[in-house]
Amino acid sequence: MKILVPVKRVIDYNVKVRIKTDQTDVDLTNTKMAMNPFCEIAVEEAVRLKEKGVATEIVAVSIGPKACQEQIRNAMALGADRGIHVECDGFPESLQVAKILAKLVEQEQPGLVLVGKQSIDSDNNQTAQMLSALAKIPQGTFASAVDVEGDKVKVTREIDGGLQTLKLTLPAVISTELRLNEPRYAKLPDIMKAKRKPLAVMTTEELGVDIAPRVNTLKVTPPPSRSAGVKVESVAELVAKLRDEAKVIS
Amino acid sequence: MSILIYAEHDNAQLKAETHKLVTAASEIGGEVHVLVAGAGCAAVASQASAISGVSKVIVADNSVYAHQLAENIAELVLSLAGGYTHILAAATTTGKNFMPRVAALLDVVQLSDVIGIESADTFIRPIYAGNAIATVQSSDKVKVLTVRATSFDAAPEGNSAAVEAIDSVFENTQVTFEGDEMVKSDRPELTAANIIISGGRGMQDGEHFAMLERIADKLGAAVGASRAAVDAGFVPNDMQVGQTGKIVAPELYIAVGISGAIQHLAGMKDSKVIVAINKDPEAPIFQVADYGLEADLFAALPELESALG
Ligand SMILES: Cc1cc2nc3c(=O)[nH]c(=O)nc-3n(C[C@H](O)[C@H](O)[C@H](O)COP(=O)(O)OP(=O)(O)OC[C@H]3O[C@@H](n4cnc5c(N)ncnc54)[C@H](O)[C@@H]3O)c2cc1C
Repeated sequence: MKILVPVKRVIDYNVKVRIKTDQTDVDLTNTKMAMNPFCEIAVEEAVRLKEKGVATEIVAVSIGPKACQEQIRNAMALGADRGIHVECDGFPESLQVAKILAKLVEQEQPGLVLVGKQSIDSDNNQTAQMLSALAKIPQGTFASAVDVEGDKVKVTREIDGGLQTLKLTLPAVISTELRLNEPRYAKLPDIMKAKRKPLAVMTTEELGVDIAPRVNTLKVTPPPSRSAGVKVESVAELVAKLRDEAKVIS
Repeated sequence: MSILIYAEHDNAQLKAETHKLVTAASEIGGEVHVLVAGAGCAAVASQASAISGVSKVIVADNSVYAHQLAENIAELVLSLAGGYTHILAAATTTGKNFMPRVAALLDVVQLSDVIGIESADTFIRPIYAGNAIATVQSSDKVKVLTVRATSFDAAPEGNSAAVEAIDSVFENTQVTFEGDEMVKSDRPELTAANIIISGGRGMQDGEHFAMLERIADKLGAAVGASRAAVDAGFVPNDMQVGQTGKIVAPELYIAVGISGAIQHLAGMKDSKVIVAINKDPEAPIFQVADYGLEADLFAALPELESALG
């Protein structure tokens, strides 16, 4: 079985984002970039499925500017066999990403698409679901366990009230939750080997997907700031403040 | 304009998110309909018809909707979408699961986690774990939004809108429900609680969460957790607060043994009053706390419990 894993280039999750002074967007110049943490988990899951003999090939895809090839190489160092870079200026919206991925699903015919549940920049949480709808293959979102059983996959999903288990007929799309696994680090020899793995480059025009934006960002501002309050010396003082000053407990 | 709201419920009880979405819809303006999709959900439909501002409740009561599977719900919503300018669902795991499908099948974008309504086509939403707030305008014919309920007040009750049953059945056979493990608790739900007390890695193990539970019971509070506490297996996943867990905004949030990583802050920094109990004076949580207590939690929690009488 072939697994398709989209990986997104985003701000490193440890870095606090800056906002441009003209409030038109966030400012990513000279910001440390990395693979979206949820995508890393998707790559790791694919690699584990290959190690178990369930998957035979892992194809990593990234959509965006040239620099995204770093994240594809990173996925290859972790175990992806080849890469596809869909090159375009900037990062398309989730719907367009889903359309591009749907085209690739058509071309590649993977048994499974493993997608990060959200990217930590737009925080959209949409791509997997949209891809599932467009490619007409079932979805298992927010997965914390994945078991392939023949032509089906059992997915344990983290939902608001607890856990839910679904069985999907393959091919299927799965979006990864943080607890699905803990990604490994790439080893130096694998990083070297990754440089020689095949990487195809294509454009959105070749795939026939229009990426003109549908959403107009009017402004981007910092959130209302919260300033540090006071330090209390004791539990008694804390309780008194909560009762008499903040009036949030009785 | 006309707005369709997808009701949040568990087949027995309508959730407060729905009341809050009605407020969001009223800020957009126009006629508001509520769709209740489930199995054996007649009581939910009548609860929805009581919300002021709702002019019609549509109920699709069929066993195929029992677990609100995304494939089936999206087709149902799509079959009704024709008449509406806006479709709203709460940004819960249910709404997040099916709404992007509705958007994709309508060939429109979805705006996720809306926290403010500027006009019928312009909305406010957090990005980068809430470290930036974007004002966005959608040019699509239908606006598909998931709404962060904590950002809106609940619409009052005192109505009896017409309830219309529909018998459309959409069943995708590529996906089947196998089972669930729902966490049972007598405490309020995290997203509905006025007071939350959360524990982090500093709690050391799951048994120590009993210290938080006893305090929660005195305060009528819900108990939450950081991701580190969930990952370490101290408590179940549904207790996680943060960028990728639940977003909460209670009157009082007490963070115990939680350092205050941006991903955790993203889920609770809109709380009215924040208390931090942490032994590390440099912990970032103190930068957002209204009241900070620098102390060992194992000494502070028993004191707090007895001080609450
Ligand atoms: C993509 C992504 C998404 C994430 N999403 C979330 C999310 O939704 N929610 C979330 O919470 N995290 C999330 N995280 C993880 C986040 O980055 C932090 O790792 C996590 O919040 C840390 O949890 P913590 O504060 O409990 O643990 P730590 O950072 O280890 O802090 C423990 C704290 O306890 C204090 N402490 C220890 N012992 C005591 C004691 N005896 N008395 C008093 N204080 C004590 C310490 O001083 C320390 O400040 C995410 C991370 C990533 C990469």
